[in-house]
Amino acid sequence: MIIKQLSVFLENKSGRLNEVSGLLAEAGINMSAFSIADTSDFGILRVIVSDPERALAILREKQFSASLTEVVCLICPNEPGALARALDILSNEGIQIEYMYAFSIEKSANIIIRPANVQKCINALNMHQMELMKASDLYKL
Amino acid sequence: MIWNEKIECASRDFMNEIQSERLIATVKRVYHNIPYYRKKMQEKGLTPDDIKSVADLSKLPFTTKTDLRDSYPFGSFTVPMSEIVRIHASSGTTGRPTVVGYTRNDISMWSENVTRALCMAGVHQNDMVQIAYGYGLFTGGLGLHYGTENLGASVIPISGGNTKKQIQLMQDFGSTVLCCTPSYALYIAEALEEMNISPDSLKLRVGIFGAEPWSENMRKEIEAKLHIKAIDIYGLSEIVGPGVSCECEEQAGMHVNEDHFIPEIINPETLEPVAPGEVGELVFSTITKEGIPLLRYRTRDLTRLIYDKCKCGRTLVRMEKCKGRSDDMLIIRGVNVFPSQIESILLEMSETEPHYLLIIDREGTLDTLKVQVEVQEQFFSDEIKELQNLTKKIKHNLESTLGISVTVQLVEPKTIERTAGKAKRVIDNRQI
Repeated sequence: MIIKQLSVFLENKSGRLNEVSGLLAEAGINMSAFSIADTSDFGILRVIVSDPERALAILREKQFSASLTEVVCLICPNEPGALARALDILSNEGIQIEYMYAFSIEKSANIIIRPANVQKCINALNMHQMELMKASDLYKL
Repeated sequence: MIWNEKIECASRDFMNEIQSERLIATVKRVYHNIPYYRKKMQEKGLTPDDIKSVADLSKLPFTTKTDLRDSYPFGSFTVPMSEIVRIHASSGTTGRPTVVGYTRNDISMWSENVTRALCMAGVHQNDMVQIAYGYGLFTGGLGLHYGTENLGASVIPISGGNTKKQIQLMQDFGSTVLCCTPSYALYIAEALEEMNISPDSLKLRVGIFGAEPWSENMRKEIEAKLHIKAIDIYGLSEIVGPGVSCECEEQAGMHVNEDHFIPEIINPETLEPVAPGEVGELVFSTITKEGIPLLRYRTRDLTRLIYDKCKCGRTLVRMEKCKGRSDDMLIIRGVNVFPSQIESILLEMSETEPHYLLIIDREGTLDTLKVQVEVQEQFFSDEIKELQNLTKKIKHNLESTLGISVTVQLVEPKTIERTAGKAKRVIDNRQI
Protein backbone atom coordinates (compact mmCIF):
# COMPACT_ATOMS: atom_id res chain seq x y z
CA MET A 1 0.00 0.00 0.00
CA ILE A 2 3.01 2.25 0.48
CA ILE A 3 3.80 4.16 -2.69
CA LYS A 4 7.28 5.46 -3.43
CA GLN A 5 7.06 8.96 -4.75
CA LEU A 6 10.02 10.63 -6.40
CA SER A 7 10.84 14.07 -4.93
CA VAL A 8 13.25 16.42 -6.70
CA PHE A 9 14.71 19.75 -5.56
CA LEU A 10 14.53 22.34 -8.33
CA GLU A 11 15.92 25.85 -8.35
CA ASN A 12 13.64 28.48 -9.82
CA LYS A 13 15.46 28.53 -13.14
CA SER A 14 13.82 28.12 -16.50
CA GLY A 15 14.28 24.73 -18.10
CA ARG A 16 14.89 22.71 -14.95
CA LEU A 17 11.58 20.84 -15.12
CA ASN A 18 12.15 20.07 -18.82
CA GLU A 19 15.45 18.50 -17.92
CA VAL A 20 13.85 16.16 -15.40
CA SER A 21 11.03 15.15 -17.72
CA GLY A 22 13.50 14.76 -20.59
CA LEU A 23 15.74 12.44 -18.57
CA LEU A 24 12.78 10.31 -17.52
CA ALA A 25 11.47 10.19 -21.09
CA GLU A 26 14.84 9.03 -22.42
CA ALA A 27 14.80 6.19 -19.92
CA GLY A 28 11.25 5.22 -20.88
CA ILE A 29 9.90 6.08 -17.45
CA ASN A 30 6.29 7.21 -17.35
CA MET A 31 4.84 9.81 -15.03
CA SER A 32 1.30 9.23 -13.86
CA ALA A 33 0.81 12.15 -11.44
CA PHE A 34 2.79 15.06 -10.13
CA SER A 35 2.65 18.33 -8.24
CA ILE A 36 5.10 21.14 -7.65
CA ALA A 37 5.48 22.98 -4.38
CA ASP A 38 7.06 26.36 -4.89
CA THR A 39 8.73 29.07 -2.82
CA SER A 40 10.38 32.24 -4.07
CA ASP A 41 13.76 30.56 -4.47
CA PHE A 42 13.11 26.92 -5.17
CA GLY A 43 10.47 24.32 -5.94
CA ILE A 44 10.01 20.66 -5.10
CA LEU A 45 8.74 18.34 -7.78
CA ARG A 46 6.75 15.41 -6.41
CA VAL A 47 6.03 12.78 -9.01
CA ILE A 48 4.63 9.26 -9.28
CA VAL A 49 6.68 7.34 -11.85
CA SER A 50 6.58 3.85 -13.30
CA ASP A 51 10.00 2.91 -11.87
CA PRO A 52 10.93 5.03 -8.84
CA GLU A 53 14.25 3.36 -8.01
CA ARG A 54 15.60 3.68 -11.53
CA ALA A 55 14.31 7.25 -11.86
CA LEU A 56 16.08 8.15 -8.62
CA ALA A 57 19.37 6.64 -9.83
CA ILE A 58 19.16 8.50 -13.15
CA LEU A 59 18.50 11.86 -11.53
CA ARG A 60 21.19 11.45 -8.90
CA GLU A 61 23.67 10.58 -11.57
CA LYS A 62 22.85 13.92 -13.17
CA GLN A 63 23.50 15.68 -9.84
CA PHE A 64 19.91 16.37 -8.89
CA SER A 65 19.00 16.34 -5.21
CA ALA A 66 16.30 13.72 -5.24
CA SER A 67 14.80 11.23 -2.84
CA LEU A 68 11.99 8.71 -2.55
CA THR A 69 9.18 9.64 -0.20
CA GLU A 70 6.55 7.23 1.12
CA VAL A 71 2.99 8.25 0.28
CA VAL A 72 -0.37 6.52 0.01
CA CYS A 73 -2.92 6.72 -2.79
CA LEU A 74 -6.54 6.83 -1.68
CA ILE A 75 -9.21 5.88 -4.24
CA CYS A 76 -12.44 7.84 -3.86
CA PRO A 77 -15.59 7.76 -5.98
CA ASN A 78 -15.45 10.61 -8.48
CA GLU A 79 -18.47 12.36 -6.97
CA PRO A 80 -19.31 15.33 -4.72
CA GLY A 81 -18.58 14.75 -1.03
CA ALA A 82 -16.15 11.86 -1.45
CA LEU A 83 -13.10 13.88 -0.46
CA ALA A 84 -14.90 15.45 2.49
CA ARG A 85 -15.77 11.99 3.83
CA ALA A 86 -12.20 10.77 3.48
CA LEU A 87 -10.80 13.84 5.17
CA ASP A 88 -13.28 13.53 8.02
CA ILE A 89 -11.97 10.07 8.73
CA LEU A 90 -8.33 11.19 8.71
CA SER A 91 -9.15 14.16 10.87
CA ASN A 92 -11.10 12.09 13.39
CA GLU A 93 -8.30 9.54 13.56
CA GLY A 94 -5.76 12.30 14.19
CA ILE A 95 -3.79 11.70 11.01
CA GLN A 96 -1.65 14.69 10.10
CA ILE A 97 -1.17 15.43 6.43
CA GLU A 98 2.00 17.14 5.19
CA TYR A 99 0.66 17.59 1.67
CA MET A 100 -1.63 16.00 -0.90
CA TYR A 101 -2.54 16.18 -4.56
CA ALA A 102 -5.02 14.38 -6.76
CA PHE A 103 -5.67 13.02 -10.22
CA SER A 104 -8.79 11.34 -11.55
CA ILE A 105 -9.31 8.40 -13.85
CA GLU A 106 -12.84 8.03 -15.21
CA LYS A 107 -14.98 6.96 -12.22
CA SER A 108 -12.31 7.28 -9.54
CA ALA A 109 -10.68 10.30 -7.95
CA ASN A 110 -7.25 9.36 -6.64
CA ILE A 111 -5.59 11.30 -3.86
CA ILE A 112 -1.89 11.06 -3.14
CA ILE A 113 -1.38 11.74 0.56
CA ARG A 114 1.86 12.34 2.40
CA PRO A 115 0.94 11.74 6.05
CA ALA A 116 3.23 12.47 8.96
CA ASN A 117 3.00 8.76 9.81
CA VAL A 118 2.40 6.49 6.81
CA GLN A 119 1.58 3.27 8.67
CA LYS A 120 -0.83 4.98 11.02
CA CYS A 121 -2.61 6.51 8.04
CA ILE A 122 -2.92 3.18 6.23
CA ASN A 123 -4.29 1.51 9.36
CA ALA A 124 -6.87 4.23 9.87
CA LEU A 125 -8.07 4.11 6.27
CA ASN A 126 -8.22 0.31 6.30
CA MET A 127 -10.23 0.39 9.49
CA HIS A 128 -12.85 2.52 7.73
CA GLN A 129 -12.85 0.32 4.62
CA MET A 130 -11.42 3.07 2.43
CA GLU A 131 -9.86 1.80 -0.78
CA LEU A 132 -6.11 2.25 -1.25
CA MET A 133 -4.33 1.79 -4.54
CA LYS A 134 -1.57 -0.82 -4.66
CA ALA A 135 1.86 0.48 -5.58
CA SER A 136 2.16 -1.98 -8.45
CA ASP A 137 -1.14 -0.77 -9.92
CA LEU A 138 -0.23 2.88 -9.60
CA TYR A 139 3.19 2.48 -11.24
CA LYS A 140 1.49 0.76 -14.19
CA LEU A 141 -0.88 3.63 -14.94
CA MET B 1 45.50 73.87 11.34
CA ILE B 2 48.39 71.45 11.92
CA TRP B 3 47.95 69.98 15.40
CA ASN B 4 51.56 68.90 16.05
CA GLU B 5 53.71 70.81 13.62
CA LYS B 6 57.00 69.65 15.10
CA ILE B 7 56.15 66.05 14.24
CA GLU B 8 53.85 66.40 11.27
CA CYS B 9 56.29 68.63 9.39
CA ALA B 10 59.50 67.04 10.69
CA SER B 11 62.50 66.35 8.47
CA ARG B 12 63.07 62.74 7.43
CA ASP B 13 66.23 62.60 9.55
CA PHE B 14 64.39 63.78 12.64
CA MET B 15 61.57 61.31 12.01
CA ASN B 16 64.07 58.46 11.57
CA GLU B 17 65.67 59.40 14.85
CA ILE B 18 62.36 59.30 16.74
CA GLN B 19 61.35 56.07 15.04
CA SER B 20 64.67 54.37 15.77
CA GLU B 21 64.63 55.26 19.44
CA ARG B 22 61.04 54.10 19.89
CA LEU B 23 61.46 50.98 17.79
CA ILE B 24 64.45 49.82 19.84
CA ALA B 25 62.47 50.19 23.07
CA THR B 26 59.43 48.41 21.63
CA VAL B 27 61.44 45.46 20.32
CA LYS B 28 62.90 44.96 23.81
CA ARG B 29 59.49 45.08 25.43
CA VAL B 30 57.88 42.72 22.94
CA TYR B 31 60.82 40.30 23.10
CA HIS B 32 60.63 40.06 26.86
CA ASN B 33 56.84 39.96 27.17
CA ILE B 34 55.33 38.11 24.22
CA PRO B 35 56.49 34.48 24.08
CA TYR B 36 55.32 33.81 20.52
CA TYR B 37 57.18 36.84 19.16
CA ARG B 38 60.33 36.02 21.13
CA LYS B 39 60.21 32.54 19.62
CA LYS B 40 59.90 34.02 16.13
CA MET B 41 62.92 36.26 16.74
CA GLN B 42 64.93 33.37 18.15
CA GLU B 43 64.11 31.27 15.10
CA LYS B 44 65.67 34.03 12.99
CA GLY B 45 68.65 34.18 15.33
CA LEU B 46 67.73 37.70 16.41
CA THR B 47 68.06 39.37 19.79
CA PRO B 48 66.84 42.90 20.59
CA ASP B 49 70.45 44.09 20.28
CA ASP B 50 70.34 43.38 16.55
CA ILE B 51 67.85 46.22 16.06
CA LYS B 52 69.89 49.40 16.21
CA SER B 53 67.78 51.72 14.07
CA VAL B 54 64.70 51.87 11.89
CA ALA B 55 66.88 50.62 9.03
CA ASP B 56 66.95 47.22 10.76
CA LEU B 57 63.15 46.96 10.77
CA SER B 58 63.01 44.52 7.85
CA LYS B 59 65.09 42.00 9.79
CA LEU B 60 62.21 41.48 12.22
CA PRO B 61 59.64 38.70 11.84
CA PHE B 62 56.03 39.51 10.99
CA THR B 63 53.00 39.45 13.26
CA THR B 64 49.74 38.20 11.75
CA LYS B 65 46.08 38.13 12.67
CA THR B 66 46.55 34.41 13.36
CA ASP B 67 49.08 35.24 16.08
CA LEU B 68 46.48 37.44 17.77
CA ARG B 69 43.80 34.82 17.38
CA ASP B 70 46.01 32.07 18.79
CA SER B 71 46.77 34.19 21.85
CA TYR B 72 43.05 34.97 22.37
CA PRO B 73 41.96 36.77 24.40
CA PHE B 74 44.79 38.56 26.22
CA GLY B 75 47.97 36.66 25.26
CA SER B 76 49.39 39.58 23.26
CA PHE B 77 49.06 42.10 26.08
CA THR B 78 52.42 43.21 27.47
CA VAL B 79 51.16 44.92 30.62
CA PRO B 80 49.24 43.54 33.61
CA MET B 81 45.46 43.84 33.31
CA SER B 82 45.49 46.45 36.08
CA GLU B 83 47.04 48.87 33.57
CA ILE B 84 44.52 48.16 30.82
CA VAL B 85 41.73 50.75 30.86
CA ARG B 86 39.83 49.77 27.71
CA ILE B 87 39.23 46.75 25.50
CA HIS B 88 38.06 46.77 21.89
CA ALA B 89 37.57 43.87 19.52
CA SER B 90 36.96 43.23 15.84
CA SER B 91 35.37 40.26 14.13
CA GLY B 92 37.68 37.31 13.66
CA THR B 93 38.03 34.42 11.25
CA THR B 94 36.52 31.64 13.30
CA GLY B 95 34.01 33.43 15.43
CA ARG B 96 36.67 34.55 17.88
CA PRO B 97 37.15 38.28 17.81
CA THR B 98 40.57 39.92 17.67
CA VAL B 99 40.99 41.57 21.06
CA VAL B 100 43.01 44.69 21.75
CA GLY B 101 43.72 46.41 25.08
CA TYR B 102 44.66 50.02 25.76
CA THR B 103 46.53 51.55 28.69
CA ARG B 104 45.77 55.10 29.78
CA ASN B 105 48.75 56.26 27.71
CA ASP B 106 47.49 54.32 24.70
CA ILE B 107 44.15 56.10 24.89
CA SER B 108 45.81 59.51 25.00
CA MET B 109 48.20 58.56 22.17
CA TRP B 110 45.22 57.38 20.10
CA SER B 111 43.31 60.57 20.88
CA GLU B 112 46.32 62.65 19.76
CA ASN B 113 46.41 60.79 16.45
CA VAL B 114 42.68 61.22 15.87
CA THR B 115 42.99 64.90 16.74
CA ARG B 116 45.75 65.27 14.15
CA ALA B 117 43.47 63.49 11.66
CA LEU B 118 40.57 65.83 12.41
CA CYS B 119 42.84 68.84 11.91
CA MET B 120 44.07 67.34 8.63
CA ALA B 121 40.43 67.15 7.57
CA GLY B 122 40.00 70.84 8.40
CA VAL B 123 38.04 70.40 11.63
CA HIS B 124 38.53 73.02 14.36
CA GLN B 125 37.42 73.77 17.91
CA ASN B 126 34.23 75.51 16.86
CA ASP B 127 32.92 72.50 14.97
CA MET B 128 29.94 70.38 15.95
CA VAL B 129 30.97 66.80 15.21
CA GLN B 130 28.27 64.19 14.69
CA ILE B 131 29.78 60.76 15.27
CA ALA B 132 27.64 58.19 13.51
CA TYR B 133 30.14 55.36 13.73
CA GLY B 134 29.03 52.56 16.03
CA TYR B 135 30.03 52.96 19.67
CA GLY B 136 31.05 49.77 21.41
CA LEU B 137 33.62 47.05 20.77
CA PHE B 138 34.16 48.57 17.32
CA THR B 139 36.85 51.25 17.52
CA GLY B 140 35.13 53.73 15.18
CA GLY B 141 32.79 55.52 17.58
CA LEU B 142 34.95 55.90 20.68
CA GLY B 143 38.09 56.55 18.62
CA LEU B 144 36.62 59.60 16.89
CA HIS B 145 34.91 60.62 20.12
CA TYR B 146 38.09 60.96 22.19
CA GLY B 147 39.96 62.66 19.36
CA THR B 148 37.19 65.22 18.92
CA GLU B 149 37.07 65.98 22.66
CA ASN B 150 40.85 66.27 22.72
CA LEU B 151 40.64 68.84 19.92
CA GLY B 152 38.02 70.75 21.84
CA ALA B 153 35.24 70.53 19.27
CA SER B 154 31.72 69.50 20.37
CA VAL B 155 30.81 65.84 20.08
CA ILE B 156 27.35 64.52 19.25
CA PRO B 157 27.78 60.86 20.19
CA ILE B 158 24.75 59.61 18.27
CA SER B 159 26.36 56.31 17.13
CA GLY B 160 25.18 54.50 13.97
CA GLY B 161 21.67 54.02 12.63
CA ASN B 162 18.39 55.83 13.27
CA THR B 163 18.71 57.97 10.16
CA LYS B 164 15.75 60.25 10.87
CA LYS B 165 17.25 61.21 14.21
CA GLN B 166 20.63 61.77 12.53
CA ILE B 167 18.98 64.22 10.16
CA GLN B 168 16.93 65.88 12.87
CA LEU B 169 20.05 66.55 14.95
CA MET B 170 21.91 67.81 11.90
CA GLN B 171 19.10 70.33 11.48
CA ASP B 172 18.54 71.23 15.13
CA PHE B 173 22.12 71.17 16.43
CA GLY B 174 23.74 72.47 13.25
CA SER B 175 26.30 69.66 12.89
CA THR B 176 29.23 70.79 10.76
CA VAL B 177 31.15 67.51 10.62
CA LEU B 178 29.82 64.00 9.98
CA CYS B 179 31.85 60.89 10.86
CA CYS B 180 30.57 57.51 9.59
CA THR B 181 31.13 54.86 6.96
CA PRO B 182 31.00 56.22 3.38
CA SER B 183 28.05 53.96 2.56
CA TYR B 184 26.10 55.33 5.51
CA ALA B 185 26.90 58.88 4.35
CA LEU B 186 25.30 58.05 1.01
CA TYR B 187 22.35 56.50 2.78
CA ILE B 188 21.85 59.69 4.76
CA ALA B 189 22.16 61.72 1.53
CA GLU B 190 19.39 59.68 -0.06
CA ALA B 191 17.20 59.99 3.01
CA LEU B 192 17.62 63.78 2.78
CA GLU B 193 16.48 63.67 -0.86
CA GLU B 194 13.43 61.62 0.07
CA MET B 195 12.57 64.05 2.84
CA ASN B 196 13.04 66.99 0.46
CA ILE B 197 15.71 68.54 2.67
CA SER B 198 18.29 70.50 0.73
CA PRO B 199 21.87 69.93 1.94
CA ASP B 200 22.29 73.71 1.74
CA SER B 201 19.83 74.07 4.60
CA LEU B 202 22.32 72.16 6.79
CA LYS B 203 25.62 73.41 8.17
CA LEU B 204 27.57 70.26 7.25
CA ARG B 205 30.88 71.06 5.57
CA VAL B 206 33.19 68.09 6.22
CA GLY B 207 32.70 64.32 6.29
CA ILE B 208 35.28 61.94 7.74
CA PHE B 209 34.62 58.51 6.31
CA GLY B 210 36.34 55.18 6.78
CA ALA B 211 36.07 51.57 8.02
CA GLU B 212 35.30 50.27 4.53
CA PRO B 213 36.76 50.65 1.05
CA TRP B 214 35.40 53.42 -1.15
CA SER B 215 36.36 54.80 -4.51
CA GLU B 216 37.01 58.26 -5.93
CA ASN B 217 33.64 58.00 -7.67
CA MET B 218 31.92 57.40 -4.40
CA ARG B 219 33.72 60.42 -2.99
CA LYS B 220 32.43 62.56 -5.85
CA GLU B 221 28.90 61.27 -5.32
CA ILE B 222 28.95 61.97 -1.56
CA GLU B 223 30.44 65.43 -2.07
CA ALA B 224 27.85 66.29 -4.73
CA LYS B 225 24.91 65.02 -2.71
CA LEU B 226 25.85 66.41 0.71
CA HIS B 227 27.76 69.53 -0.48
CA ILE B 228 30.69 68.70 1.79
CA LYS B 229 34.35 67.80 1.54
CA ALA B 230 34.69 64.03 1.99
CA ILE B 231 37.87 62.92 3.77
CA ASP B 232 39.19 59.35 3.95
CA ILE B 233 40.40 58.11 7.33
CA TYR B 234 42.20 54.79 7.85
CA GLY B 235 42.84 52.55 10.77
CA LEU B 236 42.49 49.06 12.12
CA SER B 237 41.85 48.03 15.67
CA GLU B 238 44.97 45.86 15.85
CA ILE B 239 47.12 48.95 15.29
CA VAL B 240 44.97 51.37 17.31
CA GLY B 241 41.71 52.08 15.44
CA PRO B 242 40.83 55.05 13.22
CA GLY B 243 43.49 57.74 12.97
CA VAL B 244 46.43 55.57 11.93
CA SER B 245 46.32 57.76 8.84
CA CYS B 246 44.01 60.37 7.35
CA GLU B 247 43.76 62.61 4.32
CA CYS B 248 44.37 66.32 4.58
CA GLU B 249 42.27 68.85 2.68
CA GLU B 250 44.43 68.24 -0.42
CA GLN B 251 42.79 64.78 -0.62
CA ALA B 252 46.02 63.38 -2.03
CA GLY B 253 46.74 60.33 0.10
CA MET B 254 46.44 59.68 3.82
CA HIS B 255 49.15 61.02 6.12
CA VAL B 256 50.41 58.24 8.38
CA ASN B 257 51.14 59.15 12.00
CA GLU B 258 54.50 57.52 11.54
CA ASP B 259 56.01 58.65 14.81
CA HIS B 260 53.64 56.04 16.33
CA PHE B 261 53.10 53.57 13.49
CA ILE B 262 55.93 52.85 11.06
CA PRO B 263 54.54 51.77 7.69
CA GLU B 264 56.29 49.46 5.24
CA ILE B 265 55.18 47.96 1.96
CA ILE B 266 56.09 44.34 1.25
CA ASN B 267 55.51 41.93 -1.58
CA PRO B 268 52.84 39.60 -0.11
CA GLU B 269 54.34 36.63 -1.98
CA THR B 270 58.06 37.02 -1.25
CA LEU B 271 57.52 39.04 1.97
CA GLU B 272 60.43 41.28 0.90
CA PRO B 273 60.12 45.08 0.97
CA VAL B 274 59.13 46.48 -2.44
CA ALA B 275 60.94 49.28 -4.25
CA PRO B 276 59.91 52.77 -3.07
CA GLY B 277 56.59 53.83 -4.55
CA GLU B 278 55.53 50.32 -5.58
CA VAL B 279 52.19 48.80 -4.59
CA GLY B 280 52.26 45.97 -2.07
CA GLU B 281 50.93 44.90 1.31
CA LEU B 282 50.93 47.48 4.08
CA VAL B 283 52.74 46.44 7.27
CA PHE B 284 52.74 48.47 10.48
CA SER B 285 54.98 48.44 13.53
CA THR B 286 53.53 50.24 16.53
CA ILE B 287 56.33 51.97 18.43
CA THR B 288 54.55 53.74 21.28
CA LYS B 289 51.76 51.38 22.19
CA GLU B 290 51.88 49.80 25.65
CA GLY B 291 48.89 47.48 25.86
CA ILE B 292 49.49 45.46 22.75
CA PRO B 293 52.51 46.56 20.75
CA LEU B 294 52.74 44.83 17.39
CA LEU B 295 55.86 44.56 15.27
CA ARG B 296 55.54 44.27 11.50
CA TYR B 297 51.83 43.51 11.63
CA ARG B 298 50.54 42.45 8.21
CA THR B 299 47.39 44.47 7.50
CA ARG B 300 46.67 42.62 4.21
CA ASP B 301 45.67 45.96 2.71
CA LEU B 302 47.31 46.74 -0.63
CA THR B 303 48.55 50.27 -1.22
CA ARG B 304 51.71 52.30 -1.83
CA LEU B 305 53.56 55.01 0.07
CA ILE B 306 54.34 58.55 -1.10
CA TYR B 307 57.28 60.24 0.64
CA ASP B 308 57.07 63.65 -1.13
CA LYS B 309 56.19 66.68 0.92
CA CYS B 310 52.49 67.42 0.70
CA LYS B 311 51.08 70.78 -0.42
CA CYS B 312 49.55 71.09 3.04
CA GLY B 313 53.06 71.38 4.48
CA ARG B 314 53.12 68.04 6.25
CA THR B 315 56.02 65.71 5.67
CA LEU B 316 54.33 62.66 7.19
CA VAL B 317 54.45 59.87 4.63
CA ARG B 318 51.19 59.39 2.74
CA MET B 319 49.49 56.12 1.81
CA GLU B 320 47.14 55.89 -1.14
CA LYS B 321 43.57 54.68 -0.81
CA CYS B 322 43.71 50.91 -0.35
CA LYS B 323 43.49 49.09 -3.65
CA GLY B 324 42.36 45.73 -2.32
CA ARG B 325 43.44 42.90 -0.05
CA SER B 326 46.19 40.33 -0.17
CA ASP B 327 43.85 37.85 1.52
CA ASP B 328 40.21 37.10 0.85
CA MET B 329 38.74 39.34 3.55
CA LEU B 330 35.63 41.24 2.52
CA ILE B 331 34.41 44.38 4.16
CA ILE B 332 30.62 44.44 4.14
CA ARG B 333 28.93 47.41 5.81
CA GLY B 334 32.12 48.05 7.73
CA VAL B 335 32.22 44.49 9.05
CA ASN B 336 35.13 42.19 8.24
CA VAL B 337 33.96 38.95 6.68
CA PHE B 338 36.22 36.07 5.73
CA PRO B 339 34.85 33.37 3.42
CA SER B 340 36.63 30.88 5.70
CA GLN B 341 34.35 31.98 8.57
CA ILE B 342 31.32 31.00 6.53
CA GLU B 343 32.94 27.74 5.56
CA SER B 344 33.61 26.80 9.18
CA ILE B 345 30.04 27.63 10.18
CA LEU B 346 28.68 25.41 7.41
CA LEU B 347 31.09 22.63 8.37
CA GLU B 348 29.94 22.79 11.96
CA MET B 349 26.36 22.19 10.83
CA SER B 350 25.90 18.50 10.14
CA GLU B 351 23.27 19.20 7.49
CA THR B 352 25.39 21.19 5.11
CA GLU B 353 28.48 20.77 3.04
CA PRO B 354 30.88 23.64 2.63
CA HIS B 355 29.88 24.36 -0.94
CA TYR B 356 28.77 27.92 -0.95
CA LEU B 357 28.92 31.11 -2.94
CA LEU B 358 28.89 34.60 -1.50
CA ILE B 359 27.21 37.23 -3.62
CA ILE B 360 27.73 40.78 -2.48
CA ASP B 361 25.67 43.54 -4.01
CA ARG B 362 25.16 47.16 -3.28
CA GLU B 363 21.43 47.86 -3.26
CA GLY B 364 21.03 51.58 -3.24
CA THR B 365 23.78 52.49 -0.85
CA LEU B 366 23.83 49.49 1.44
CA ASP B 367 25.76 46.30 0.89
CA THR B 368 23.87 43.04 0.89
CA LEU B 369 25.28 39.57 1.39
CA LYS B 370 23.60 36.56 -0.14
CA VAL B 371 24.92 33.10 0.67
CA GLN B 372 24.05 30.32 -1.73
CA VAL B 373 24.28 26.85 -0.19
CA GLU B 374 24.01 23.61 -2.10
CA VAL B 375 21.21 21.27 -1.07
CA GLN B 376 22.87 17.93 -0.52
CA GLU B 377 21.02 14.64 -0.82
CA GLN B 378 21.44 13.76 2.81
CA PHE B 379 19.51 16.76 4.02
CA PHE B 380 17.10 17.18 1.16
CA SER B 381 13.55 16.91 2.39
CA ASP B 382 10.57 17.07 0.11
CA GLU B 383 8.72 19.14 2.67
CA ILE B 384 8.95 22.89 2.17
CA LYS B 385 8.84 23.60 5.89
CA GLU B 386 11.87 21.40 6.50
CA LEU B 387 13.88 23.24 3.87
CA GLN B 388 12.68 26.57 5.17
CA ASN B 389 13.69 25.58 8.70
CA LEU B 390 17.10 24.65 7.36
CA THR B 391 17.39 28.00 5.59
CA LYS B 392 16.46 29.77 8.82
CA LYS B 393 18.97 27.78 10.82
CA ILE B 394 21.81 28.54 8.40
CA LYS B 395 20.81 32.22 8.37
CA HIS B 396 20.72 32.36 12.14
CA ASN B 397 24.11 30.68 12.54
CA LEU B 398 25.73 32.93 9.95
CA GLU B 399 24.22 36.13 11.31
CA SER B 400 25.12 35.42 14.91
CA THR B 401 28.75 34.92 13.95
CA LEU B 402 29.19 37.51 11.21
CA GLY B 403 27.12 40.23 12.85
CA ILE B 404 25.46 41.34 9.62
CA SER B 405 22.21 40.27 8.04
CA VAL B 406 22.44 37.54 5.45
CA THR B 407 20.07 36.13 2.84
CA VAL B 408 20.39 32.38 2.45
CA GLN B 409 19.43 30.74 -0.82
CA LEU B 410 19.35 26.98 -1.31
CA VAL B 411 20.61 25.87 -4.71
CA GLU B 412 20.93 22.57 -6.53
CA PRO B 413 23.98 20.41 -5.87
CA LYS B 414 27.08 20.92 -8.01
CA THR B 415 25.76 24.18 -9.41
CA ILE B 416 28.37 26.18 -7.57
CA GLU B 417 31.34 26.37 -9.85
CA ARG B 418 34.35 24.30 -8.92
CA THR B 419 37.61 25.16 -10.53
CA ALA B 420 40.80 23.14 -10.34
CA GLY B 421 41.66 22.95 -6.67
CA LYS B 422 39.90 26.00 -5.38
CA ALA B 423 36.26 26.82 -5.86
CA LYS B 424 35.15 30.32 -6.69
CA ARG B 425 33.63 31.48 -3.44
CA VAL B 426 32.87 35.13 -3.91
CA ILE B 427 31.09 37.27 -6.46
CA ASP B 428 31.42 40.91 -5.51
CA ASN B 429 29.07 42.97 -7.66
CA ARG B 430 29.72 46.21 -5.83
CA GLN B 431 31.11 48.98 -7.95
CA ILE B 432 33.59 50.34 -5.44
